[in-house]
Amino acid sequence: MKQKPRVAVFDFADCEGCELQIANLEEEILDLISFVDIVSFREVMKEHSDSYDIAIVEGSIMRPMDEERLRGIRSHAKILIALGACATMGGVNKIRNQWMPEEVKKDVYGDANLKGNELFDVFQTKAINEVVPVDYYIFGCPIDRDEFKSVITAIALGKKPDIPRYPVCVECKKNENICQFELGAFCLGPITRAGCKAICPTHNSPCEGCRGLIKKQDTECVKEVLERYKLSYEDIRRRCTMYNYGRKECSYDE
Amino acid sequence: MSKDFSVHVEHITRVEGHGNIVLDVKNGKIEKLQWNVVEAPRFFEAMLRGQQYNELRPITSRICGICSIGHSLASLKATEDAFDIKITKQTAILRRLAIHAENMQSHILHIGYLVAPDLFGVGSVFPLVGKHTDTVMKIVKLHRLANEMSDLICGRTIHPIRLIVGGFSLVPTERQLLHLKNRLAEAQDLTKELAVVIQSVADKLPTFTRETEYIGLTSDSEYALYDGVIASTDTGKHPAYRDYKEVINEYIVPQSTAKYAKHARESYMVGALARFNLNSTQLHPVAQEVAHMFRLKPLTYNPFMNTIAQLVEFSHSIEDSLLLINSLLDQGIKQEKPVKPVVKAGRGVGIVEVPRGILVHDYTLNSKGYCTKANCIIPTNQNHANIQLDMEKLVPEILTKSQKEIELTLEMLVRAYDPCISCSTHYLDVIFV
Repeated sequence: MKQKPRVAVFDFADCEGCELQIANLEEEILDLISFVDIVSFREVMKEHSDSYDIAIVEGSIMRPMDEERLRGIRSHAKILIALGACATMGGVNKIRNQWMPEEVKKDVYGDANLKGNELFDVFQTKAINEVVPVDYYIFGCPIDRDEFKSVITAIALGKKPDIPRYPVCVECKKNENICQFELGAFCLGPITRAGCKAICPTHNSPCEGCRGLIKKQDTECVKEVLERYKLSYEDIRRRCTMYNYGRKECSYDE
Repeated sequence: MSKDFSVHVEHITRVEGHGNIVLDVKNGKIEKLQWNVVEAPRFFEAMLRGQQYNELRPITSRICGICSIGHSLASLKATEDAFDIKITKQTAILRRLAIHAENMQSHILHIGYLVAPDLFGVGSVFPLVGKHTDTVMKIVKLHRLANEMSDLICGRTIHPIRLIVGGFSLVPTERQLLHLKNRLAEAQDLTKELAVVIQSVADKLPTFTRETEYIGLTSDSEYALYDGVIASTDTGKHPAYRDYKEVINEYIVPQSTAKYAKHARESYMVGALARFNLNSTQLHPVAQEVAHMFRLKPLTYNPFMNTIAQLVEFSHSIEDSLLLINSLLDQGIKQEKPVKPVVKAGRGVGIVEVPRGILVHDYTLNSKGYCTKANCIIPTNQNHANIQLDMEKLVPEILTKSQKEIELTLEMLVRAYDPCISCSTHYLDVIFV
């Protein structure tokens, strides 16, 4: 029998919620470890190995010391998967990119002398693929547990994971929700990548765009939806600050 | 005994976030002993500036995956305080259920997945699956229940959706609540069975004590989690909640990207043990029984017993949730609209107890409802100094043990606090010492 792929999980600047989503698979983790070997996962295990095939990386990159660690991980891994919004696109960590690092540091640490202290040596937030090449992306804030399972299963089987390229509206309609625009909210569903089962609108809350923007945004049907509520494409793009600061479109679809 | 050795734990495992333990011993003398937080700072308070009041809750939820419900509630309470919003009775009950669900989820994760491997002498929960299948399945079942309860009340267990300014975007149905009630009742028996298992290995918890101060919320009407006033085991109640800085004095140390805090002494502790030490008489009877099993009494000065206090609280949360659900069912659950805010300039402070201790969000909003200043005080920050001082008392007491045992005991000490390090790395209004 072929050897099980060895998987390691790593985290950088984030809330560790996506890793927690893995733990939240509950007994289904046991299914997962029947076809992969988890050899490093600091949040839940003491054992660690530098010999792995697949690295799952969560979080954004903030400092030179983090870049160095990430390059080390990349050099060990055959396949690197970016996990969650912070890793795939910078996520909420990029909100601060509208200011220079020196400015936020001063804002937060006052006049403290932090020169030469590498712990505080931050640059503007980077997503994982701004530092090293990424092979696969698992989107969301947090990630969807079912999607995680299906992506890992596909990769372990040597197949290409199936990630939606259509907008959240498709899943939202399938759930028979009343449109958030109809309820007076401003929703990013029309231009955000689906795959979350439209979870936010389904709980009566507008989409915040945590899975990134789809490639074809400026389409007639998006304009039509917006026109109905007297909004422009520029209006919806201006709302994309929580997760998509500084991003034009999602560059992952070939 | 003269000996030279070092314990350098880089990125301690089975805790949330990145921390290091450094111990250098020369000729039997401690040359260096440090608890270091090396997590990358995230600047949340800076990111909140300029955000509209509705955005503060979803953004601050992302401070922490484990206590996202707690951050959400502290955030909503701060915003509602600034706008003088009075939430409905139903919202107050549902929010209490939300906090119980999170407390249960976080506590069982810590007890079962992060601490239990030490008590059974293994590196993670995975080797226990084969050897202690029954116990692992109990833990998994309780963890699943807590998560599904969060899903039901909040829409999602990590980064809740339904919690919004003024109330809920959607509430559970009567049928869903009845179903939850039945499952919670079953879970109480499972919890007692799990307590028996933990009791059988509890001798692995070190018998270390160091007198310190304990700080948490307290309330006349209940074991305080969602609401209450700040209280200390040294100085009693501090009712002026907006003046929380009189109690929580934060400062910075160079070896840590997280702030430290002190009050009456050089350090204090927050979290389950602090709450137990302050409010144990208000625990429900089943939780009292669990405490009795472990001879846990106030004031307990052994930080390793924090895990046991979590188990006690887990049982309390089940019992209290059952009562809360009953009162919701009695009054009838309604899909009520959130209270509409009257936007105005002002400052608001929200304080809640989250799994790891007392959490403060403090916002200043302008007349259009945009945030101009924010401060978040995280439980784990308040524990860092206490961890350091515990280590300084603990290491000389165990210096004759093997290096491996010393390393494990130090790791267990950090784990006992259940630190949430990614949470703890952001600051504002820094006072340097």
